[in-house]
Amino acid sequence: MAGPGGARVDPHAWLARQTRWSAPEIAFWLAALLPFVLFPTYLTLASQIAITALFAVSLDLILGYAGIISLGHAVYFGIGAYTAGLIAKHGWGEPITGLIAGAVAATVVGYLTGLIVVRVRQLALLMITLGLGFLAAEAANSMGRITGGADGLQGVRVWDLFGAFEFDLYGYTAYGYSLAALFLVFLLSRRLVHSPFGLSLRGIRENQRRMPAIGAPNRARLLKVYTIAACFAGIAGALLAQTTQTVSLETLGFQRSADVAVMLILGGTGRLYGGIIGAVIFMIARDQLADMNPQYWYFWIGLLLMAVVLFLPTGVLGGLARLVPQRWRTA
Amino acid sequence: MSGGPALATSGLNKSFGSLVVARDIEIALPEGARYALIGPNGAGKTTLINLITGMLRPDAGRILLGGDDITALAPDARVKRGLVRTFQINTLFPHLSALESVTLAVCERRGEAAEWSRRLPAYRDAIDEAYGILAQLRLADDCARPTHALAYGQQRLLEIALALATGPKVLLLDEPAAGVPRGESAALFEAIAGLPEDITVLFIEHDMNIVFRFATRIIVLVRGAVLVEGTPDEIAADPVVREVYLGGAHHG
Amino acid sequence: MISQIMGVLFDGFAYGMLLFLLSVGLSVTLGLMNFTNLAHGSFAMLGGYVTVTLMRDAGWPFLLTLPVAFVAAAVASVAFERTLFRRLYRATELNQVLFTIGLVFVMAAAAAYVFGTVAQPVRVPDYLNGSFRIGGINFAVYRLFLIGMALVITVLLVIGLEMTRFGAQVRAAVDNQRMAKGLGIDVDTVFAVTFALGSGLAGLGGALAIEIVGLDPSFGFQYLVYVLIVVAVGGLGSIGGSFLAATLLGVSDVAGKFYVPQLGAFLIYAIMVGLLFFRPAGLFGKR
Repeated sequence: MAGPGGARVDPHAWLARQTRWSAPEIAFWLAALLPFVLFPTYLTLASQIAITALFAVSLDLILGYAGIISLGHAVYFGIGAYTAGLIAKHGWGEPITGLIAGAVAATVVGYLTGLIVVRVRQLALLMITLGLGFLAAEAANSMGRITGGADGLQGVRVWDLFGAFEFDLYGYTAYGYSLAALFLVFLLSRRLVHSPFGLSLRGIRENQRRMPAIGAPNRARLLKVYTIAACFAGIAGALLAQTTQTVSLETLGFQRSADVAVMLILGGTGRLYGGIIGAVIFMIARDQLADMNPQYWYFWIGLLLMAVVLFLPTGVLGGLARLVPQRWRTA
Repeated sequence: MSGGPALATSGLNKSFGSLVVARDIEIALPEGARYALIGPNGAGKTTLINLITGMLRPDAGRILLGGDDITALAPDARVKRGLVRTFQINTLFPHLSALESVTLAVCERRGEAAEWSRRLPAYRDAIDEAYGILAQLRLADDCARPTHALAYGQQRLLEIALALATGPKVLLLDEPAAGVPRGESAALFEAIAGLPEDITVLFIEHDMNIVFRFATRIIVLVRGAVLVEGTPDEIAADPVVREVYLGGAHHG
Repeated sequence: MISQIMGVLFDGFAYGMLLFLLSVGLSVTLGLMNFTNLAHGSFAMLGGYVTVTLMRDAGWPFLLTLPVAFVAAAVASVAFERTLFRRLYRATELNQVLFTIGLVFVMAAAAAYVFGTVAQPVRVPDYLNGSFRIGGINFAVYRLFLIGMALVITVLLVIGLEMTRFGAQVRAAVDNQRMAKGLGIDVDTVFAVTFALGSGLAGLGGALAIEIVGLDPSFGFQYLVYVLIVVAVGGLGSIGGSFLAATLLGVSDVAGKFYVPQLGAFLIYAIMVGLLFFRPAGLFGKR
């Protein structure tokens, strides 16, 4: 079937192989159910990881697939969080509709800011995404009466999911809810990435100049994926607000944008699973090393970043992919 | 398509400060033409291509595709109307396979490239068409390899494959044989000879073998302006051209 | 009223000059090699800590520590460049960004470890203390000194760039690297020297900044943002652009904090985003 030179290639079979679900993938998602059974005391952490993984996947869509380097993606996360939190705080605590509201808000802002973002490249792009991040954080800070300012949003009360599952301290509902959302968004992202649209995004990333020469409107495509990524980030933020029943300024902050970029680099960009793996590693490490002096934490993160970029620039999954040909590829 | 030239420019001018790169360029290519654009290095040949395709905006003048004024159109809009180019320096997608690259171009043409509800393998027609083009250019066996792993000559052919997949009415080939070693140029010649007759082709070339073999008419560009235009025999015999270009020049 | 405005303008201009010293090096090296070095602010921090150490532990006079801060930052940056940065010249922009951010984290943590997280006070010599009062406006001596230094350095930079052979090589390499190499210019060396100079200036800026804004391990990141704004708004590779952008930023920041403190930094970011949208290459940038 596949032949690196020489043998006959069946184009349909080869392309189908790129998009098929592999055994490790299925195993991974089954394993995601394990925390319910094996680590019931860690379910709150597990739901945090799922939420962060969702956020990382949303960033991978624009960073790994379309090549838009954004250091301000947390804006959409925060908007999703504050929207869902505010709705719950002001009387409507139904989770699913709150989630949708958060997603819609993030999508709208994503589209509007996307109009600016897709028109710039390189340093201007970096600065604009950074600037938008700071603007959002400043705005949230100064609108203290609405957002709770530096103290965070209090009094977020979320109703039972489907009227039956309470968001209790044990985290069963939280993890189930977050994991389901992660899986759904992941399915959508996977479909997107394997579609002609996904291929065109990779085309833009691989050679921006060539795309208009084959008739592709770069900006329109980028705007589309940017808006979708903002929507997914908003979903992640809304989940956080609902599962932790609080929202703070750092949901919009640079720290969150930078952390998720670190996770992506760690796991490997452009592979969808890279963000998830990176989130798992990062969050577990941070949890285990929680009593470490924050200075030292950032020392090691800094060193890790430098090491990964120097020696493993395609991340953990990229390194693994070199060992296991063709199997792990989701893109 | 309205009667008249497939591609024409009138009064095309462009300067960068005091450097004039295009001076009152007037060309007219009838449908199905095989024209060659030659000229010494720095004459402004690629600049002219960039102006025609919209990557560069002219200071003055108009560009007409099949009689329609496209001067104000964005580059991708021009491509959608059938004005396609290849690049002198390979401008490909390094980590996409040849199959994926050409399929992408086909999907773009068919207006399917913005769809994200179905996976790529579902677009069987597009894939068949892409594979067909690759087979025509002898790239079928290697189509699953990433572009960066292909031989240079194969990459040049992939440039042409991408252009063909885009469904051109007018094709601008920017030095298609550039850098292709002797042994690999036969496939390239075949590809050019095999171009459908209803496509209008303008190619820039330094390789005089290709020029005299395929072109029915030659335009000579010197320092941004059209020096002379004529049949290959006329140009070969023209003393001014000899002096400026052919005389003492390299050959492919 | 007028004197208040003049006072704000003066302080703003002084702050702007500080930002210029901190930024000009990054602007030129980014324009030259397109290597996004976010650790630039950390080299400034290094210069600041060198000054603090020399003054506190070795009793050196302030002015004498300045050239040492310059040299220390320059040497450190070249060491990093030769060993680490040059491996990333072909890397993606994202990788360069993340690598140098990693370096910022490491250097900040190292500074916290060695010096603690408290702001370092520095005792500026008496002749740089105090202020003049002319026409109802307070002119702080230190700020005058800062402005003076920055202007002298600006003139030296411009002369160096426009009138020396090396300067011509830098300008050529910024304009078109490939062609410069083709003309036989040793772009590698040009870059290394420019990088050292730029980082040295940052180190000098860091040392001078202590009196105005204080020094602690977060300096490298805090001022990175402002430096990036100056570079992006001014345009890569442009000294004039950096000068103008730094002045604008300095004055806007001081004026903003004075007249509309509730808006905070909002105004600055908003203006930056707006400006970059209409002129992505900055005020004087080429790309």
